[in-house]
Amino acid sequence: MINKKILGLEDPLKKRLLWAVIGLFIVLLLNLLISPEFFEVSLQEGGKLRGNLINILNNGARVCILAVGMTLVYATGGIDLSVGSVMAVSGGMAALIIRPGYLAGLPVTDPQPPLIIIILLPLLIAAVLGLINGLLVAVVKVQPIIATLIMMYSARGLAVLMVKGQTPTYYGVPFTKIGTGYFAGLPIPVWIGFAIFLLTFLMAKRTAVGVFIEAIGENKTASRYVGIRTTLVVVATYVFCAVCAGIAGLIHVSGESSTSPYNTGLLIELDAIAAVIIGGTMWGGRFTLTGSIIGALIIQSLTTTVYFQRWPYEYSLVFKAIVIVFVALIQSDVFRLKFRQIMKLKK
Amino acid sequence: MGEILKVTNLSKSFPGVKALSQIDFELETGEIHGLMGENGAGKSTFIKVVTGFHSNDSGLIEFDGENINFNSPNEAVKNGISTVYQEINLIPMLSVAENIFLGRQPLKKGLKGINWRDLTERSERAIKRLDLDIDVSLPLNTYPVAIQQMVSIARALDIEAKILILDEPTSSLDSNEVQQLFKVMRKLKNQGISIIFITHFLDQVFEITDRITVFRNGRKINVFETGNLNKLDLITSMLGKEYKELESELWQKDESKDGEIFLSVKNMKKAEYMNEFSLDIHKGEILGLAGLLGSGRTEIANLIYGIAKSDSGKVWVKGKPAKIHGPKEAIAYGMGLCPEDRKVDGIIPELSVRENIILALQAKRGIFRYLNKNKRNEIAEKYIKALNIVTPGTEQSVKNLSGGNQQKVILARWLAANPEFLILDEPTRGIDIGAKVEIQKFIIDLKNNGMAILFISSELDEVVRCSSRTIVMRDRHKIRELTGSEVNEKIIMNAIAEG
Repeated sequence: MINKKILGLEDPLKKRLLWAVIGLFIVLLLNLLISPEFFEVSLQEGGKLRGNLINILNNGARVCILAVGMTLVYATGGIDLSVGSVMAVSGGMAALIIRPGYLAGLPVTDPQPPLIIIILLPLLIAAVLGLINGLLVAVVKVQPIIATLIMMYSARGLAVLMVKGQTPTYYGVPFTKIGTGYFAGLPIPVWIGFAIFLLTFLMAKRTAVGVFIEAIGENKTASRYVGIRTTLVVVATYVFCAVCAGIAGLIHVSGESSTSPYNTGLLIELDAIAAVIIGGTMWGGRFTLTGSIIGALIIQSLTTTVYFQRWPYEYSLVFKAIVIVFVALIQSDVFRLKFRQIMKLKK
Repeated sequence: MGEILKVTNLSKSFPGVKALSQIDFELETGEIHGLMGENGAGKSTFIKVVTGFHSNDSGLIEFDGENINFNSPNEAVKNGISTVYQEINLIPMLSVAENIFLGRQPLKKGLKGINWRDLTERSERAIKRLDLDIDVSLPLNTYPVAIQQMVSIARALDIEAKILILDEPTSSLDSNEVQQLFKVMRKLKNQGISIIFITHFLDQVFEITDRITVFRNGRKINVFETGNLNKLDLITSMLGKEYKELESELWQKDESKDGEIFLSVKNMKKAEYMNEFSLDIHKGEILGLAGLLGSGRTEIANLIYGIAKSDSGKVWVKGKPAKIHGPKEAIAYGMGLCPEDRKVDGIIPELSVRENIILALQAKRGIFRYLNKNKRNEIAEKYIKALNIVTPGTEQSVKNLSGGNQQKVILARWLAANPEFLILDEPTRGIDIGAKVEIQKFIIDLKNNGMAILFISSELDEVVRCSSRTIVMRDRHKIRELTGSEVNEKIIMNAIAEG
């Protein structure tokens, strides 16, 4: 009882968060049992840490960033299916800014446009797409799943049209540093992911954004009656989510030195949504950003494990399904109650 | 007559709260037994334990001579204890017949199809049993709430119920509908069914019950034979203090002079919503709005607060012309609104008491001027104390509080935002006398401190006691404005009747 209080476990949100952490540990523990070398981390020249754990963080950064944005949307009682397509738009945009003559068959020109433009312009486009999502949901009152489904199609179409269905390649620092560079021993995407998480976390805790989003998700009418600008807040969450997707798109493209409008961010929205749910956020209500990050890491650990063990890629899909079902079950009060009853009967 | 249900020494605790302690309860065959007590007295918990929704910590439950311990409400239903809740838990778009047999439709032999003829016939029989004559093939939502309530009873009874538990079935019924329900209850009683009847309405409990059990703070206080009981004893038993005392200390109406006009509305109207009306509200005044349900009371509140947009009309706040297009602007002008339906429009159920209380103040301050943690706790603690909100702590989810305490949380929310003008739409509906008196008293204090209040209530005596001026409404018209000694129940009723 006392322990429960210290951990704050009377709060159902924290309870679900704890179960997510346990889920992550179980995934890592399985690796430890199969092959302890999974955990080897080496320090390479130039102070770069390498190893599976670093890979999980590095490759997981994109889903983490998406999950942060998705968490806020999900807590307002919405969902954003378009994040993968928005990634493709923002990535493609960056590629075209770096190599404006690509479609005409021209090589990369020197000097490249300033980095700030390569970054900000795609994010601006992403924000506009998010704004359209938000307006459709909050003003036109289209169901979130439909509104963002429309955007999922149309942004993907936009991404393909932008580059006429081709796969632009480019090279040149400093942009490619974003996806491949290191800072203080860790890959830059990890730092970006961490920074976005931290900023969002502070925004949710140090401003009233968090409590307003939860209030709107729980009871929109009541929130409006107490004077919260519900439309504004909801639109803002979709814009924020799309900007997160834009950032993830930049990281993706920058790491690959090319961008395929068909494959960038394909189906990644499902990973992001799964991460949020595994993390314990409720659809319309209380949310936990930490939980979403842990959810994203669970998903990425599975993928990395499958690669490391050289199992076919398809395995990772099955594993994901199993883990999501497992976490959903242990988070469910009903299931745990039934489970306890069954154990009691056996005794 | 034998006992159908006998509960001995029943206790139940939740983390931090002793919800029921050593309850004894007896229900005889063919008896209508009232269960009364303030909000939070333990009535609902008691029912939930008996019907297997919660498990009990200790104590015995004997049903029909056997010890029982149901694991779920379903099991209770199968064994003959059916409960009809205050909210109608049926599906509005399905037909009456489908609703009655939902989940246990009669199937055709061999083929896995629903036997519609059997379904219709049996529903008709179930409905006839309640002396109702309605077409069971029509969707449930084509019927008024009272009929829907009867349908839930029909559904409960079709499962061969021996005990029927009615949890505040009358709170949304008018007096004719209540009589119809009572007729059905008497009929069931004659058929040997035992009924536990939970209600807040004193008159009803005297009219229909054989015996009354009173709970207070999770304990059984008394069992009365209704026949030789007077109201005062019952109320005293429920509150644990003399009601008379409460009454007298409260209602010394001081005819304080009206302050300056806070709000002035001229010729406001909205087509097919509310006919043209004008009103003034002064600082330090409670303006009552009396009238039947649907007479336009809530509509006036919504128009003033900007929830509904008026077609025409002018508004002045403190003498200056004002345009109010929505709650946000109304609040900026110093207004606040406690909505009629606190569950739907008021509380944010999953959020804590603290978060619910600070919400309006925070919205007023804006997103970025977030109150710091100490300040938030301080405000919550202050109002929990001031309004006597019963909660294990500031972090409790507001959904776990009883109705009266939820209402107090909403009131606290507005007081924290410090408005100059508060619209209270049915602030005491569905809550027990104790909390009711407390809230009324608080409202009068607010008035004495200079707040302007628009007070809407369907209970005339409440309007009369609280307000110094009253507007009488009928059919979406403002028909009379009464002041001073004119504000009494008789004149209001005549006004409503004459139009």
